[in-house]
Amino acid sequence: MRLMGLVHTPARRVARHPLRWSGAALVALALAVAGCGGSSASSPGTASSGTPKSGGTFTILANSAFGVADPAQNYTLEEWQLLIDTHNGLTGFAMVGGVPGTKIVPDLATSIPQPTNGGKTYVFHIRRGIKFSNGQTLKPSDFVTTFERQFTVPGPTAFYSDIVGASACSTKGCNLSKGVVANDSAYTLTINLTQPDAEIMDQLALPFAYAVPASTPLKLLGNNVPPGTGPYMWKSYNPNTEAVLVRNPYFHVWNKVAEPAGYPNEIIEKYGLQVSDEVTEVENGEANEVFDGDQIPSDQLSQLNSAKYTDQVHVNTLTADWYFALNTKQPPFNNLEARQAINYAANRSAYVKIAGGPQLAVPACQILPPNFPSYKAYCPYTTGAQTVWSAPNLAKAKALVKASGTAGDKVVVDGTNDQVGAALVQQMVSDLNSIGYKATPQLLTAAVQYPFVQNSTNSAKWNVGWSAWYQDYPAPADFLNVLLGCGSIHPNSDASPNIAAYCDPSTQSQINKAESEEATDPSAAAALWTQIDHEDTNAAPWVDMYNPKQIDFLSKDVHGYEWNPQWYILIDQLWQS
Amino acid sequence: MATLLEQVGPESTEPDTGLRPEIVGRNPWALAARRLRRNRIALAALILFLLIVLMSFLAPVYAHDVAHIGNPLAPNLNGTTVAGGKVVPVMQEGTGGLHLGETPIGPTWDPHHYFLGADDLGRDVASLLLYGGRSSLQIGISSAIICCAVATLLALIAGFFGGIVDAVVSRIMDIIWAFPVYLLAICIATELLTHSNGIPVGPLKISADNLWVPTFIIAFAYVSYVYRPIRGQVLSVVRKEFVEAAIAQGASNLRLMFSEILPNVVSTVIVLLPLMIATNILTESALSFLSVGVQPPNVSWGVIIGDGEDLLYTRPWVSLAPGIMIVLTVLALNVFGDGIRDALDPRAKLRVDG
Repeated sequence: MRLMGLVHTPARRVARHPLRWSGAALVALALAVAGCGGSSASSPGTASSGTPKSGGTFTILANSAFGVADPAQNYTLEEWQLLIDTHNGLTGFAMVGGVPGTKIVPDLATSIPQPTNGGKTYVFHIRRGIKFSNGQTLKPSDFVTTFERQFTVPGPTAFYSDIVGASACSTKGCNLSKGVVANDSAYTLTINLTQPDAEIMDQLALPFAYAVPASTPLKLLGNNVPPGTGPYMWKSYNPNTEAVLVRNPYFHVWNKVAEPAGYPNEIIEKYGLQVSDEVTEVENGEANEVFDGDQIPSDQLSQLNSAKYTDQVHVNTLTADWYFALNTKQPPFNNLEARQAINYAANRSAYVKIAGGPQLAVPACQILPPNFPSYKAYCPYTTGAQTVWSAPNLAKAKALVKASGTAGDKVVVDGTNDQVGAALVQQMVSDLNSIGYKATPQLLTAAVQYPFVQNSTNSAKWNVGWSAWYQDYPAPADFLNVLLGCGSIHPNSDASPNIAAYCDPSTQSQINKAESEEATDPSAAAALWTQIDHEDTNAAPWVDMYNPKQIDFLSKDVHGYEWNPQWYILIDQLWQS
Repeated sequence: MATLLEQVGPESTEPDTGLRPEIVGRNPWALAARRLRRNRIALAALILFLLIVLMSFLAPVYAHDVAHIGNPLAPNLNGTTVAGGKVVPVMQEGTGGLHLGETPIGPTWDPHHYFLGADDLGRDVASLLLYGGRSSLQIGISSAIICCAVATLLALIAGFFGGIVDAVVSRIMDIIWAFPVYLLAICIATELLTHSNGIPVGPLKISADNLWVPTFIIAFAYVSYVYRPIRGQVLSVVRKEFVEAAIAQGASNLRLMFSEILPNVVSTVIVLLPLMIATNILTESALSFLSVGVQPPNVSWGVIIGDGEDLLYTRPWVSLAPGIMIVLTVLALNVFGDGIRDALDPRAKLRVDG
């Protein structure tokens, strides 16, 4: 997912995910993730002290709300962190901290089914005796509404477009009777796909696929959240003031790993404060958490370095990239040597400083982030060893510019006009000028910038475009196919995530092969993804700057901190002393 | 000011002819200049303003010859400087257990080494302050001149012709008056910014990083503010006897407007000019603070204040220094503007004081 925000605490404003890509097959990938827990001021993944106790109100402070609350459409982690406490899907990511949190576990289904029909059919057995927060009993047919709403509301992704019948769905209507077959007597749900999709279990674990009652209207519900099956339910949501979650009286634990009971009696997320005020309130114990998508100002980062906050600050590495896409359809970066030149010249330590320093960002050269399936450290654009970036190689960069014949070309660097965005752009302008280009900045508001650089009608107006990408779920295709696959180029669309418009047919055929091998030979597929990552890095469609880290700042009385690589902070697992 | 006369006093050197003392007309501009020279506060304000202008336009001299910086507008995140006799990094990693954040160096009070410290890109704030002053003053002065010139012309036309012409021009001014300045600026700036090669306007191409963009936006936004008082003046002057006399002599409309009426309203324009410069500098700062005014790599005082917003506690001088410059400049222009008003129209002062 694309998250537009700032490095150490990325703002969770997520752009539309405009994909029509068939998911890669990576059933075992979640298990293969290594070291996703990151680091923390206290301990990686988890931090707790004493005996957990239930009760109290947990208050989160966020600068702004997450927009429309309908789970069929909302694509922000800000709401997802709440939705995982109020709703459930057929599958889920284990609600625990660290590496195990990437594991797919059965949630409303009793088990993870093996595919049949050549990988195109999955039969789920639905748990009995589970009720929605309005008292209705969960039935398999409720899921039909869930999936149909993805096309009628509509949802922001194409994750479920391989379901049989989905291609005929639109906002006017949808009939998935052949693609999602519910048997309320046998309590089974059969999902039929048009082609095998090994990422389907990851996609079913996302909030888009969470169960809602069959009576839920097929149109957008705005700020009303339909009933769910989780330990909490939505009492109210007003994007100008607050969201309030209270306990769901009908909830009982059916799989502790998929959906444990929560500790607070009430979870409130308040909106509208300046981030500096949020930090002050949490410091003073007037609230419990600064929303992790809000950027803590540099001034207050200095305060958080104080020893007295050591137990309250948690820093974790994110599986995300902050990068500049190079427009491969326009000179000078339709030239491989020119693209490699700026990769050699990019002063990644400067970008890291803009991000808040080495404790909040790690320099990067390659597409896949560290601690991600198939990641193998690789950095050809540095001095010294080609695994970790150490310093720019200006001599090599200048030689490549000369060889490319692009010296003196005008280059427009496009980015956002917020403070960090503008700083990154100005540093890139400086890097480009240092190797002989005539670079100028082009700063747009964040709401304009992302669709602007995606739309090919603007291709002649920029050469280098800032972007950032955070995983939807732990699968290499979520980076390598979504961001650099040929199928992710949608001409004249504001939703074309391959911003560089980079398409190499031979690499694409390898992507296709890796996706098909995931079901049959996962280790071969993993090795192939690694190879694709390195080949894409050599082709230099981006200047990858760094992988960001994230800060969670909690009040002193909060315990039980757990950091899940998929959902980040697990709010309902926190308890207050 | 054709009616302004002053009786010659004892200092007259005319020979005594034994007749009644001769009444001699004196140039009203000379009288105004004499009154202005006697207003020491206004003169001090003028000197302060000129000093700020001089300092700002010497920015390259300071940056290159004093601070020894190659390109003061380029980031210097990995640079070093000298503070307390030691070589130190310009950007300093956070201390304490977590080492979170990078803080730019604070003021060294050494003109050769980051006198006012660095901003979040490691740039010398003192140099930026002077370069920013150039942009702010250029935009403020240029937009005020354009604004006053256009408003005066429109006021002359509307006031002189009256009727439908006056109604149309005045309603257009009302619309501009009603339009939110900042919304207008954001719309125009966004449109320009998405045209990297600039938007062609006749033979010119206007690009977003051109200082004339905020200049014209601000000038346009404030035309109606200047238009209204000048039109009122024109309406009162156009019915004076000397205008009727000129009409009786067969003077053309152009001659009436520019030779008879304009000289009698120009003092109002002159009084408004410094006040508009001050207002426009403030507006430019606000627009730049909102990222829709001056665009990188250029800087202005508003841009620097915005850059320092996240450093208010640890590095307050990043925002304070341009803030102080804005206050001093606006204060100087307002005091000087009052002085000009008093000099050109002492009766107004009497009315105010009385």
